Amino acid sequence: MGAPTIQLEPTEETQHVTEHATRDLLRLATAGSVDDGKSTLIGRLLYDTKSVLADQLSAVEAATLARGGGEVDLALLTDGLRAEREQGITIDVAYRYFSTATRAFVLADTPGHVQYTRNMVTGASTAELAIVLVDARKGVLEQTRRHASITALLRVPHVVLAVNKMDLVDFDEATFRAIADEFTAYALSLGIPDVTAVPLSALTGDNVVDRSARTPWYDGPTLLEHLEAVPVGRDALSEPFRFPVQVVIRPRTAEHPDYRGYAGRVASGVVSVGDEVTVLPSGKRTTVVGIDTFDGPLTEAHAPQSVTLRLADDVDVARGDVLVPTAATVNVGSDLEGTVCWLAEKRSVLGARLLVRVGTRTVRALLREVNARLDVDTLTVEAWDGVDTLHAVDATDTSSDIPPRALTLNAIGRVKIRLAEPIVLDEYATHRRTGGFLLVDPADGTTLAAGMIGATLLDRLAPTPSDDDDWFAGAGI
Amino acid sequence: MTTLPAAPPLTQLDALESEGIHVMREVAGEFERPVLLFSGGKDSIVMLHLARKAFWPSPVPFALMHVDTGHNFPEVIEYRDRVVAEHGLRLVVASVQDAIDDGRVAERADGSRNPLQTVPLLDGITANKFDAVFGGGRRDEEKARAKERVFSLRDEFGQWDPRRQRPELWDLYNGRHKPGEHVRVFPLSNWTELDVWRYIEREQIELPAIYYSHQREVFLRDGMWLAPGGWGGPRPSEMLEVRTVRYRTVGDMSCTGAVESTASTIPEVIAEVGASRLTERGATRADDRASEAAMEDRKREGYF
Repeated sequence: MGAPTIQLEPTEETQHVTEHATRDLLRLATAGSVDDGKSTLIGRLLYDTKSVLADQLSAVEAATLARGGGEVDLALLTDGLRAEREQGITIDVAYRYFSTATRAFVLADTPGHVQYTRNMVTGASTAELAIVLVDARKGVLEQTRRHASITALLRVPHVVLAVNKMDLVDFDEATFRAIADEFTAYALSLGIPDVTAVPLSALTGDNVVDRSARTPWYDGPTLLEHLEAVPVGRDALSEPFRFPVQVVIRPRTAEHPDYRGYAGRVASGVVSVGDEVTVLPSGKRTTVVGIDTFDGPLTEAHAPQSVTLRLADDVDVARGDVLVPTAATVNVGSDLEGTVCWLAEKRSVLGARLLVRVGTRTVRALLREVNARLDVDTLTVEAWDGVDTLHAVDATDTSSDIPPRALTLNAIGRVKIRLAEPIVLDEYATHRRTGGFLLVDPADGTTLAAGMIGATLLDRLAPTPSDDDDWFAGAGI
Repeated sequence: MTTLPAAPPLTQLDALESEGIHVMREVAGEFERPVLLFSGGKDSIVMLHLARKAFWPSPVPFALMHVDTGHNFPEVIEYRDRVVAEHGLRLVVASVQDAIDDGRVAERADGSRNPLQTVPLLDGITANKFDAVFGGGRRDEEKARAKERVFSLRDEFGQWDPRRQRPELWDLYNGRHKPGEHVRVFPLSNWTELDVWRYIEREQIELPAIYYSHQREVFLRDGMWLAPGGWGGPRPSEMLEVRTVRYRTVGDMSCTGAVESTASTIPEVIAEVGASRLTERGATRADDRASEAAMEDRKREGYF
């Protein structure tokens, strides 16, 4: 074998230079099990967009051979860790990268079997689009509904139903329509605003990248065409301005002796020089007098730009504060109600001392109530009233006798949390960028749960009398 | 429904840059003593560029650490020292030679010092009480890296336990750790090799000259063009010859291979990387060819 030689193709050069000026970025997540052909679909997207390189393919071929041979298993491309290859399972979210001339994609590949809830919630939290896979022979299954419900819970704005293995049902239109109609109706009942169904075969490549000649009855986009066409970043722009302060910039250098700026990323919305803003939770009002970056000042910044804001008055602003438009009504309080997905082996304990992380702020907190739990298999909600101190348990108790009102790994439940100090409480339903939070164990820093402030899918499935039935309507998507 | 402002979505590079700056500011806000691992390779150079942007007009608020194998390309050391002086940075050098001299590690039979970097790296982190360590690792590099977190917790032995990693949701990074533990932070997690090059082009970032085509005496070993040096090459059976090459990665001279290339400008390199059918690690890093899980094993031990 000789040394690697790289072929130069002069035409590529001009192509790459023009690409990078306008190409944008879409984050997406896939949900489905190996049985649905998820690994094959991802392998197909990577392969057909030329994102799999020769040495990666030959490594997969070698691994296939070492395991007894047979057809090259594209699933091995996406199996990262030794334990996963040995056990033939996927443990964790893996991130994949592929791109076309107009768009780059960051794909969170979430496993369908083990710890599916924890992993899907993680992958869906940053996704603007979710691909839910079904096998055309099997149609909408319990797990399809589960995947759709987590997508709805995390408010992923766009969902693609990939009806896979169409080659095994002779590309039958009626089969596809029945599955698409059933899923779309179900997704609508969960409040998912945008569903696109695509009939495809990951194995043969039909309608994944290239349009299939075998589905003349289908006039919609191929999967990749749709991924390229979905609008990016619209929901973050349409939400009201929020700016969680990360660090205070005070150089105190000879060149900048008195500079004071507040560095952060615009979480949602737009801010302009001259805008009146309020610092929360203190409530102090001031005006934006400058938007600075290393590359020069801006007159306007929008989500998700990282900038440094200068303010008119010498107000007290620190990491953890949030700048909001002065004219807006913003909920600030120290009683947090919401839905959490439990992510740790340690179960929830009523009365436990926790840390709540929202935006750039971390506050001490007490878990006061767990008053409902969502069964993701049946999508039914078990709800109960009030504080249930009888069932407060020791988190180190790992016996299989799960207390009825505790949350365990992968459980989704409704909680009430008392905070040691007031913070901005943006409803996740209308503020996807600032309405999420983490529960952290102060003892060892473990991330115990991920939460969404306010009413969520869980409340939609089991509304309490005080809930606004119309919660999804205000989402602005 | 709110009316949409006219602002277009960020381009991919702007989105990646903003994410990297956000990560760096989170570290500055949450940790006492961060440090940036700086090898003089393109990824660490891009990280430093992001750090300068993140805190401007303040200087970069943390030190650089270079794990020095003693088998360095002179062009890279010259570049490192110049950049440190130019931006008024503090440089900590963790030396593999020192670790060999005081018996913390032993020289290997094959002369490669790449696997020996882990001990001085961890000793450097402990001695300086660094609690957050920026690394230039990218998830597209290797399949064990595809599951790496942006904030990656290491225990008091510097070890990576994939099962202990915390789920990362939204942009809420949890950096809490116990005394003695530290967190590796990867601001370039979502960048690909091409993204790094396009960003270098857009920002006109200077790199060490070995990234561009040049004439060099090299010899062939295990299918890679290696440069001669005091580390143990070439062997009598290996022939030195002059080739037109460049480096796709910068690491220890004993295991970083050159690729034959005439790409002498950034656009030419971008065209070359875009057309390449090999990943940069597959093409140029002997250390990753050792086994199917070579990177996973080294990561567990505390490698970069």
